[in-house]
This record gives sequence, C-alpha cells and structure tokens, in this order.
Amino acid sequence: MLATMPEIQELHDVRSHSPRTVVAQLRQVSKTFGEVQALRNLDFSVRAGELLALLGPNGAGKTTAVKLFLGLMRPTAGTVNVFGGNPIHAEVRTRIGAMLQVAKVPETLKVREHIDLFSSYYPRPLPQAETLAIAGLQEIKDRPFGELSGGQKQRVLFALALCGDPDLLFLDEPTVGLDVEARRLLWEQIRKLVERGKTILLTTHYLEEADALADRVAVINRGEVIAEGTPSEIKAKTCGRRIRCMSSLDIDTVRAFPGVAEVRRDRDSYEIRVADAEPVLRELLLRDSTVRGIEVVGAGLEEAFLALTQNGNGSSEPQISGRQ
Amino acid sequence: MATAATVNINAPALARPFGRTLAIYVKEIKFEFLTRLRLRAFSLSTIGFPVMFYVLFGLVLNGKEASVNGTHFATYLIATYGTFGVMGASLFGTAAGLATERGLGWLQVKRASPMPPFAYFTAKVVMSMIFSTAVVLLLFALGVTFGGVHLPALEAAKLLAILIVGSLPFCAMGLAIGYFAGPTSAAPVINLFYLPLSFCSGLWVPLMFLPKLLRNFAHVLPPYHLAQLALGVVDAGQPESAWTHWEFLIGFTLICLGLARVGFQRDEGKTYG
Repeated sequence: MLATMPEIQELHDVRSHSPRTVVAQLRQVSKTFGEVQALRNLDFSVRAGELLALLGPNGAGKTTAVKLFLGLMRPTAGTVNVFGGNPIHAEVRTRIGAMLQVAKVPETLKVREHIDLFSSYYPRPLPQAETLAIAGLQEIKDRPFGELSGGQKQRVLFALALCGDPDLLFLDEPTVGLDVEARRLLWEQIRKLVERGKTILLTTHYLEEADALADRVAVINRGEVIAEGTPSEIKAKTCGRRIRCMSSLDIDTVRAFPGVAEVRRDRDSYEIRVADAEPVLRELLLRDSTVRGIEVVGAGLEEAFLALTQNGNGSSEPQISGRQ
Repeated sequence: MATAATVNINAPALARPFGRTLAIYVKEIKFEFLTRLRLRAFSLSTIGFPVMFYVLFGLVLNGKEASVNGTHFATYLIATYGTFGVMGASLFGTAAGLATERGLGWLQVKRASPMPPFAYFTAKVVMSMIFSTAVVLLLFALGVTFGGVHLPALEAAKLLAILIVGSLPFCAMGLAIGYFAGPTSAAPVINLFYLPLSFCSGLWVPLMFLPKLLRNFAHVLPPYHLAQLALGVVDAGQPESAWTHWEFLIGFTLICLGLARVGFQRDEGKTYG
C-alpha cells in the first residue's frame, strides 16, 4: 500500500494535467479463454488527456483489453490499474465512461430516459441538455431507442458513456457499421470530448479512424502490441507509399531502384512499395518511356497496418521490429 | 501518511449518500417498469392471459351460482387465476428481460457503469410485482362486477398481500432461468415450466377435477402451495397448515436463489472472470 502511494498521488493529479501522467495501465496482462490466448503479456498505458487508439484486426484482443480496463473481466495474469485502483470498484467506475458493442438496448425507452437513468449513477453528471448537445441528440431526445437509425443509436451509447462527465472514456469500436457521414459526425463529437480534456481509449479496426483521431496509436495483433507511437511515427516505421504502374521494365531492374522496399507483380502492373515516391518515379520515367497508368497510393495508416500485422505470416512484407 | 483522497480512491465501497442511492433505485424501477409497460408483447400477455382465462372459465362458462365444494366458483377462480397471473408476471418479468439483456450485451454496459448491481435485480422484481398487483386487482374488479363475488375489503387486501409476497419465489425462479436460458430460448423455457406447473397445481381446473395421481403430485409443486394459501383466504383451501405452504415456498425460493447465484457466478467467470 505504502509502496504504491506516490503513484496514486501522481494519478490523482489528472486534472492538473501533467502530460505524461498514466491514468490507466495494463501491466504484463495475459488473458486466456479456455484454449485461446486472447492477450499475451500485454503492456500499455493510457496517459492523461490523450486519445489513444488501439488498432487491430478483428480478434486481435482489443475488446478484451477494454473489458479488462472496465473490470468486466479479470486478467489471467498481470495487473490492471485505473486511476490507481481496481476498476471493479464503483468509485473508480464513477470516473469512467464506456461505450461497448451491444447487440440490443431496451428499445421502448426514449433517448432522454436512457440518459436520465445513466446520469443518476454518477455523482456529478453533466446537465442533460449538455449531454444531448455534445452527442447531437437534441432533435431526437423524445424518440424511443428502437426507432433510431444505426448512427443515432451509436450516438446514444456515446451519450451514455459521457453523461456522467467521466475523466476517462473507453470507446469500443464506436463507429463500426456506420456509414461515412455518421462516422464523421461521431468523430466530431469525439474530438469535442478531447477538447474538454478527457482521456480516451478508442479501439478500432478502421485505420483511417485512428489516423484521424488519435494522438497515439498502439497496433495490436494476436493479443500483442506490435507497434506503438504517433500516427506519423507508425507510418514512418513502414514504407509509406505504394506505386502502381504498367512498365516494360524487368522486375529485377525495378527492384534495384534506390529506395524500393518491395516489388510485386499484380496482373499486368507492378506494385512497388517505397519510402519516398518521387526518386523512384523519376527513375521509372527516365528508364522507361512507355511507363503508364502510374498511381501513387499511400501515406495511409493502411499500409503501415498491413505491413505490421502481416509480420510472422511468412509474407515478404518489410519486417517492423515491434515492441516486445 | 495517506491523504484523504488516496484513502478514498482505494475504498472498497462507494460512499454514496443514501438519498442518491435511493434515487437510483427509484429511477431503475421506474424505467424498468416503463420499458416493460411499453413492450406490448409483455404487458398485454402478462395481464391479458390470466384475465382472459378468468373471464372464460369463471364468468362465461359457469353460471353466477356455480360452486365447487361449497365455494362460489368465481371466487375460487380469483385465487387460482390470481396465482396463475402472479406467477406469469414474475417469471416473464424477471427471466425474459434478464436472459435478453445478459445475452445481448446490455447488462455489460450497465455493469461497466457505477450502477449498484443490486438495483438492477430489485427493479426487475418490483416491476414484476407491479404487474402482479394489476392482474390481481383486475380479477377482483371483474369478479365483483360480473361474477357476483363478495370480497370484503379486508379479505381482498389479505388475498392481494399473500399473492404479492407469494410472487417472490417465482421472481427467484425467473432469475435462475434468466441466468441459464439464452436470449431466444428464455420464453420457451419459461413456458415449459409455467404452463405444466400451472395445470398440475390446479390453477386452471380446480384440483378435485384432476386425477388422483396429479392431485398427489401437486403437493411438490410451488404454485400449488401459493394457490392453497390464496384459497385459504376465501375458505376454499385444502385442510392443511398454512405454515407448511410457507415453508415449502421459502425453501423453493432459497433453492432458486442458490441456482441464480450459481448462474451469476458462472456468468462472472465467463464474462468477467
């Protein structure tokens, strides 16, 4: 108890935002379900005021990590720490909001009734009007949940996560299944929360989403964090661009161009992974006057993500040394 | 030394003022009730079935003067269909909601919040009791208005009280079912218990019209004991001690709560463990 005291006091300083303060942490956490190991020795921290995106494919262990943080599961090994305490305790939970994936919400209750009930669980909830405003629900506050569109339903769940004015929010795949417009609307609202100084852990398998929202990204695959950093750091760890073109050049010639990481033949085109597109393009145009159909894709987290998660699949993708 | 804040953050229980805790319980009950009331599949069938049966067998098919073993038939059936109605409201009120919310993720959303877990179960039980009360009062009104039932206020109050307190064993049974049935199987599983138990306990057709084998079998069925307590109020029960019935119902409640607890812990182990 005494040994952990300095840390607890540090954790208590969240509101005076010392930027590196850790507010939630998984330490050497493993979680197994029967034979399946969902998480292995996972180590990561959420720091005050940041939006951390936990990015990974389906089944990577993102939801399991969130449920551990929420105290809805207990780790098989390791420790979970939220605001210096155990998240199963109600007083830790009063500082947390959660948006989980849920298949069915009571449909006959109205939007404002759902918010009214959840607000009552917290000691200092936001005024209902403010919750409705942040989540963009003013127009539909009297509609029963069952009559809402997919995007509106997600926004209600989002409102339930934020109505208690918690310091830390967990958003588990908040925009899954939403169309582009609904997704962008929810992004706006998530940004508003960050502006209010909230700390957010968001899980997603939309790379674009992590790129658009996150201060920091942890890429998770098969229960392990394989890379961690700012979105641009993650991108920098991989070859950032992909050039597609049709060329009469020999594949080995292209492979020998400076800055080329990998070349693949895709039907009648080459797909070239490069760090910087311009030198390679110059070389291409110089050597092959017939080159056509040039397309440069990239700078997206998509490439980084693919490269990172394909590690160990026996692919010839550039190997990124992940955090072990 | 630990500061007050440090101690507070590690305290095992939330220091929530009593008034606020009470407010949470009241809201939880209110919204649970509204959820179910607006769910017509629940509210209409819970109230409709016992009332419909009573109207049919107690008021339409038998004359006002019909009697069974010297007890006015329409009065006798208020006690048995009252038991039937209370049992239905309790089983469906607790089991159906719990199985769905548990199976489809809603319970997890609530568990992740600082909601006191006991408020969740209390709301289901109290909501069921409100529906039970509505069923019983409706039967009283129908019987008195159309069935020539004479029910003094004191007797009516006693009958209502026995049926509502006696709904607790079935709420406990509903919680147990809710923890073992899935979202789609809950309703069929409830009916699998509800309908045969009701028939064999003499809730539909008075016991004396049933074969001897069934009459003996009824003694091990919980609804039989509640029905006998209810019939006792209108002097139509079997000559048995009321305590035997209460003891049986208490025992049954404890068994069901035990089973519900096993389910709860199994669930915690799977989802939370």
